Amino acid sequence: MIKNNKKAQKNHILSLEDVSISYGKFEAVKNIFCNFKKGDITSLIGPSGCGKSTVLRSLNRMNDLIPNCSLKGTVLFDGTNIYDKRVDAVEVRRRIGMVFQQPNPFPKSIYENIAFGARINGFVGDMDDLVELSLKKAALWSECKDKLNDSGYSLSGGQQQRLCIARTIAIEPEIILMDEPCSALDPISTLKIEETMHELKKKYTIIIVTHNMQQALRVSDMTAFFNAIEYEDGDGGKVGYLAEFNSTKKIFSSPKEKITQEYISGKFG
Amino acid sequence: MNSLFYQKNSSRNIGDKVFTTLSLICVVISILPLIFLVTYILIKGGAQITPDLFTLEPNPPGDDLDAGGINPALIGTLIITSIASIISIPVGVGGGIYLAEYSKGGSFSRFIRFGVNVLAGVPSIIAGVFIYALIVSTKILFGSMYSGLAGGMALSILMLPTVIKTTDEGLKLVPNELRYASLGVGASMYTTILKITLPSAFRSIATGVVLGIARAAGETAPLIFTALFSYYYITGFGDLFYEMGSLSVLIYNFALEPYDAQNKLAWSASFILVLSILSVNIFLRILAALTEKTKRV
Repeated sequence: MIKNNKKAQKNHILSLEDVSISYGKFEAVKNIFCNFKKGDITSLIGPSGCGKSTVLRSLNRMNDLIPNCSLKGTVLFDGTNIYDKRVDAVEVRRRIGMVFQQPNPFPKSIYENIAFGARINGFVGDMDDLVELSLKKAALWSECKDKLNDSGYSLSGGQQQRLCIARTIAIEPEIILMDEPCSALDPISTLKIEETMHELKKKYTIIIVTHNMQQALRVSDMTAFFNAIEYEDGDGGKVGYLAEFNSTKKIFSSPKEKITQEYISGKFG
Repeated sequence: MNSLFYQKNSSRNIGDKVFTTLSLICVVISILPLIFLVTYILIKGGAQITPDLFTLEPNPPGDDLDAGGINPALIGTLIITSIASIISIPVGVGGGIYLAEYSKGGSFSRFIRFGVNVLAGVPSIIAGVFIYALIVSTKILFGSMYSGLAGGMALSILMLPTVIKTTDEGLKLVPNELRYASLGVGASMYTTILKITLPSAFRSIATGVVLGIARAAGETAPLIFTALFSYYYITGFGDLFYEMGSLSVLIYNFALEPYDAQNKLAWSASFILVLSILSVNIFLRILAALTEKTKRV
């Protein structure tokens, strides 16, 4: 088993090693060890408040923007600890893109929404091509090719979210983080985004937080189940931990932990 | 059992009517001064408007037949307000950006916010006396004493808190998701602020700036100590370093003159001042409506 791990290590694009994240004095997640494989879709599932979104945001240093948030441990990306003092968070975010829970297009045209990220990243080349390609990859091209100059807000919620995905693709990141990208969308838009993810998988590594276990089952290769337990000193606060991490198939068919079994069968959460 | 129909004479319904009427009366009383003031100025001042008013120098009091025009004061007000804007808009917007975007809500930014509120409450005459002591009496500006430049500086002190506060508040209204989106595609803080947050907050910042300008343009007290007054045309750049007339000081000076011609001139200056501040406000509203429309295409 250990041997296997060593072999596979080359494929690990992102590794969490003993990561604990706190908001002020309050510890949100504790002692996370986790390896994300290149080219996989990994989903993070678990009950509310178990810290899965916190973990996701820590992967491209989005937590820096939340006051009082601090991280202990190492997050290795490409062999570099992204929490090293010498690392530039802006550079990290250029290589690890993020799609948020609420669709948040810029108050600009559809075209500009995509061109913005590329331009500030020093893109040289045909911008029209890039916009077309990104929209095609996000499966939005056919719906908006005739109104590229319309505002991003003129699109429906599902289209806006795919625009946000296209915007992220346009900067050619290595990893795309998605924080419950479908929670604000209807089932049909959700299905379209999932199809998009299957397309994207060919080129990108995707890590997705989802509340929807069916979605985790449909889209992901690996699944990490997070749970929260009460503090040992028992003052009622909860701290999140990684309960089980395995291939999606195993998590949903034969979980090792009893708590995972209970969660996926809907006994709590 | 009470009937379900409306009871005109029940104490509850009478009380309701009384309070509705009372608050209506209060709102009418509070709007009356504005209506009377504007109509009075429009009637008194509007009658005096002639082309000469805009082109001539004011005549010294005493010649009761013809008071001349308000050209130097009109241009002076434009220049002094522009100087105040040139100083306070960049500083104010920059300060507002720091407070809203960079500061983390620590004791330093709390102190700055408190200071800005205090500055906003400083009586305008104090700003005038301050610049008088700092610049006019020390002749620090190339030996000049009373000058349009000093006047602009005094007004910029009054504009500054308004600009900082509206920038700060306008930026805070921009949803955080928008910042995350920009930072998430690898933009730096600087690009995010310049390209995403500032444009989104443009409307509220512009409103604050115009409110600040409108307040500054009408101030008298700070200018009496700094720019003083001048009867003569502004002819060149060098005039910045000498006494400069302004509409508000012209009104102050001439309204108190015993001569009818000067009084009339003061009225027409009031008319121009009120009208220009009003039109700037209306222009801003139109501009805001237009930008709103294009944003939501």
